[in-house]
Amino acid sequence: MKKGLLEKIKNTVSTLCKEANYGIREDIFEALCQAEKEEKEELPKFILSTLIENINISREEKIPVCQDTGMAEVFVEVGKGVKIEGILLKKNILEGVKEGYEEGNLRKSVVKDPLFSRKNTGDNTPPLIHLSFSPLLEKEIKIIVFPRGFGAENMGKVAMLNPQEGREGVKRFVLGAIREAGANPCPPIIVGIGIGGTMQTSMFLAKKALLRPIKIRNPHPKYALLEKELLKEINDLRIGAQGMGGMNTCLGVNIEHFPTHIAGLPLAVNISCYALREAQKVIRVSS
Amino acid sequence: MGKEFIKLFTPLKREKVIKLKAGEKVLITGVIYTARDAAHKKLVRLIKEKKPLPFLLDDQIIYYTAPTPPGRGKVIGACGPTTSSRMDKYTPLLLSRGLRGVMGKGQRSVEVKEAIKKNEAIYFITIGGAGAYLSRRVKKAEIIAFPEIEPEAIYKLWVEDFPAIVGIDARGEDLYQNLWRNK
Repeated sequence: MKKGLLEKIKNTVSTLCKEANYGIREDIFEALCQAEKEEKEELPKFILSTLIENINISREEKIPVCQDTGMAEVFVEVGKGVKIEGILLKKNILEGVKEGYEEGNLRKSVVKDPLFSRKNTGDNTPPLIHLSFSPLLEKEIKIIVFPRGFGAENMGKVAMLNPQEGREGVKRFVLGAIREAGANPCPPIIVGIGIGGTMQTSMFLAKKALLRPIKIRNPHPKYALLEKELLKEINDLRIGAQGMGGMNTCLGVNIEHFPTHIAGLPLAVNISCYALREAQKVIRVSS
Repeated sequence: MGKEFIKLFTPLKREKVIKLKAGEKVLITGVIYTARDAAHKKLVRLIKEKKPLPFLLDDQIIYYTAPTPPGRGKVIGACGPTTSSRMDKYTPLLLSRGLRGVMGKGQRSVEVKEAIKKNEAIYFITIGGAGAYLSRRVKKAEIIAFPEIEPEAIYKLWVEDFPAIVGIDARGEDLYQNLWRNK
């Protein structure tokens, strides 16, 4: 890999870390504004209008939208005919995260040892890098930075359902997870659901589901219908904005699915707070 | 539920606290102290070892947050609440030592609720995910303890009209439970 390209990847990651944290994704912002308009009850309406003001302040003044600027998940999709050197790629992504979190006044929220010392690494590294290869990209590399705050990440759940439990089993488990989470993940939430694969694949799918704009339904009509039903049933829980009741518990439900084993029905739920932060860029690779 | 905010000043007097009801909106002015996971662990250890605490708990409010670094010309960065339930294990002891209020987001344990009732204390919920908005209500910020665990250090914050909602009042009434039960 050329030095110039690696430099570009580092700078892009750095910029995306900042960009993602100043504000929220546009489709979620639009849904939030709509929710505020429709909300009838006083307390949740007050919350929703404050959240909208919060986003405007964040965007204008470049103050992170939330103090939990997250652990950085970085999705890298490599296109056709791009040669990469994995170790150098990883190193430059890590450097980019380090730089972005420092320059952007983002919080360093990563501890080195999860169980014992829990000492902060001081630079928000390591990031979590997910590398994949996409036939949809030309001679390009797509980078997505998805900072994950743990108020919401902590509320995720995985289940290895019995295939006989089927559609109803999926709904029961998802609704249970959301009821239990209550006000903790900063509703109105966005729910990513992964069905199929193996245990860890299902959670990866759930996370990937959150990367899809909430207005776009799963292309498979049966899954699309399930998304719609779940959205309605989650809102019927009436947990509401920040748990203050009302009609806006959830802004969107996205499901991703994948083939699985004859004996299994892996299911994962990954919740995003209202402040779904994501920024992406496609880099063209010159020959 | 009234639309008006009730003005509160720290330190929080018992007489004022016992009048507040779950669901009421308040604006807090004065000094508050931040502490979250790691700082709570340290505070509780100091109490158990009978060592002095970095600030007097009496009638004070602890706010569960760890802010982002301030941008140029700013007092503080984003400083919204973190999930309170992670502090449930530590809260009853702190309340029994004179702490009057705690502030964060989300539901609390039965033990915390009981301790709030017993000590005539209060749990405030402030607006989760509104870190940028809330930063404007902080007029001054200073690290007073545990700088080695930054960003989880204890900050002394001077706040003005910091918005919150009474989550659990001194009688143990729980706003979330009331809201969710009625549906």
